[in-house]
Amino acid sequence: MKEKEMNLTQDQAQTESAYPSLPKEKLLWMYRTMVLIRRFEETANDLYMQGRIPSTLHLYIGQEAVAVGISAAIRREDYVMSTHRPHGHALAKGVSAKAIMAELFGKASGACKGKGGSMHVGDIAVNMPPAIAIVGGNVPIAAGLALAAKMQRKDFVSVCYFGDGAANEGDWHEAVNCAAIWNLPLLLVCENNLYAASTPFNKAFKIDYVAQRSEAYGIPGTSIDGNDVMEVFRTAYEAVARARRGDGPTLIECLTYRQCGHSRSDPRTYRSKEEEEFWKAKDPILRFKNYLLTKKDIDEKELSALDVSVEEEIKEAVEFAEASPEPDPAEVYTDVLKE
Amino acid sequence: MAKMTIAEALRQAIREEMQRDERVFCLGEDIGIPGGFGGAFTVTLGLSEEFGHERILDTPISEAAIAGIAIGAAIAGMRPIADVQYGDFLFNMMDQLANEAAKLRYMSGGTLSVPLVMRAPVGATARGAQHAQSLEAFFTHVPGLKVVCPATAYDAKGLLKSAVRDDNPVLVFEHKLLYGSKGARTEKGTLSIVGDVPEDDYTVPIGKGVIRREGKDVTIVANLLMLYRALSAAETLAQQGIEAEVIDPRTLLPLDEELIFNSIKKTGRLVIVEEDNLTNGWGAEVAARMADKAFFWLDAPIKRVAAPDVPPPFAPVLERNYVPNEEKIIQAVLSIV
Repeated sequence: MKEKEMNLTQDQAQTESAYPSLPKEKLLWMYRTMVLIRRFEETANDLYMQGRIPSTLHLYIGQEAVAVGISAAIRREDYVMSTHRPHGHALAKGVSAKAIMAELFGKASGACKGKGGSMHVGDIAVNMPPAIAIVGGNVPIAAGLALAAKMQRKDFVSVCYFGDGAANEGDWHEAVNCAAIWNLPLLLVCENNLYAASTPFNKAFKIDYVAQRSEAYGIPGTSIDGNDVMEVFRTAYEAVARARRGDGPTLIECLTYRQCGHSRSDPRTYRSKEEEEFWKAKDPILRFKNYLLTKKDIDEKELSALDVSVEEEIKEAVEFAEASPEPDPAEVYTDVLKE
Repeated sequence: MAKMTIAEALRQAIREEMQRDERVFCLGEDIGIPGGFGGAFTVTLGLSEEFGHERILDTPISEAAIAGIAIGAAIAGMRPIADVQYGDFLFNMMDQLANEAAKLRYMSGGTLSVPLVMRAPVGATARGAQHAQSLEAFFTHVPGLKVVCPATAYDAKGLLKSAVRDDNPVLVFEHKLLYGSKGARTEKGTLSIVGDVPEDDYTVPIGKGVIRREGKDVTIVANLLMLYRALSAAETLAQQGIEAEVIDPRTLLPLDEELIFNSIKKTGRLVIVEEDNLTNGWGAEVAARMADKAFFWLDAPIKRVAAPDVPPPFAPVLERNYVPNEEKIIQAVLSIV
């Protein structure tokens, strides 16, 4: 498998480069947010299995370092366009666990008032429009958000998350080209988790890395260890700085792994247990925890306290979602057009 | 008051809206290239010299990106007027329009809006099957969109201004034979639709049709080029003592049902004329609604005059038999009066 060539075995600390060291507070936020995403998804999965939430679920377990590393490098006013797998992106951008959980339950208090659901989580209050569940459909929109920044002479950037599969959609190519020729402040964040649903990367690409496509559009691109939150952060930091300077988009390919199936009905029979174990050993949270404990002045007790606070937050989110009323059936008619 | 073609009226609307509101900008293919055409039908001619190439933004041939970028810009506070060279290319951006633009507000629980304008030329004009379709019905089927179709210079300016100021995605369908484009972009067979256009700021409300000709014997609803064929048919019918009332719906979504209903109360008969294919065109929806709403006022079956259910042909003799004409409209009227 190609992941063996990807230099993913190197220790996290060895990749640390010239980037100014992060304050402890931020490192702890990153750790806590990764754990929050993991526990949110595990809980959502349990609730789904118990039949307590409707819909399907596309879980983010295993990819937490991407959303958190990127989010650590951007501001509240920066836009994020997400995909059918948006819970992690939303939590990292600052959408509350309560609002997302209530949305999964289809409740009136949900992030989208129960009109979006799992695949359309977002909150424009934190500049995250509803996630787009048409693969690749979010890329032109993200480019448009970036165009607005340029036209308004503002320095916000636009982040577009997408999977490896999306890079084979026509919308992706059209939008990347436009962003390139107009030097738009756009981060193209590819989460290459090796599978587009069940189709392995090498059945859908002649090339080895999605990032190779950046060259064809005349923009910088790089493939990085997407399970190393610090590497994701450092790469995003550079790309954000470049975007804010007006130097245009960057394609960041985060090599990662979806520890769960594509969606809830996926038994994952198209991939080997060995491969899954290989990637579990590279779990982004375990690695970051190890990094914090061994390389930073952070002890187990501090992290455990964060783990406990995450459990409380998740518990509150579930309680909030379950206690919230369902939408009034008449709500089906509203919010179609703005009056 | 100035005499203007529809192309000139649209250009004037864009100019005034761009002067009024710095958030308004245009994007599309070949719209601002120096020495170029000003879009396929000259609507944006000269505007890049006036407003610069950032606000008259030339794009690659990337229709999905045009629509998606317009959506993103609109969410972030801009007022894009996107341009597609031929309506047929809207299919290249169908996902962005039908899945994204139309649904983002709903999916957000009403917390954001997508104020974009999508302009598209329609109508068969000797270009064969892929530069000819009248696509209004594909979009009148999508909740979350608005669809307008100005047939006069006055309405072209007023409706486009309303579209720019609307907080929702609005598709503006324009007919190639009504533009009155001049110079190298002149269309063969074009109608000389030159109309009085006020120089001041006015809007034509979206959702309101208008009676173009009053009559008591039959109501004819027709849009864009078909409006003129219906008016012409009405003159011929008048010579036979049949007074047709001709309604220009101007907006197809939302439809001005009351105007059509009230006319049927007077005439008791309805003929709908559209250049689109017959099956499931917007005329079918008008017929269904009036069959329901105006059933007890109707004295005869509702008739539709539309293109047959075939792709638009190329040969002029075939195209003439494809696009509904005055004779077919008259036949339909005579079959029910």
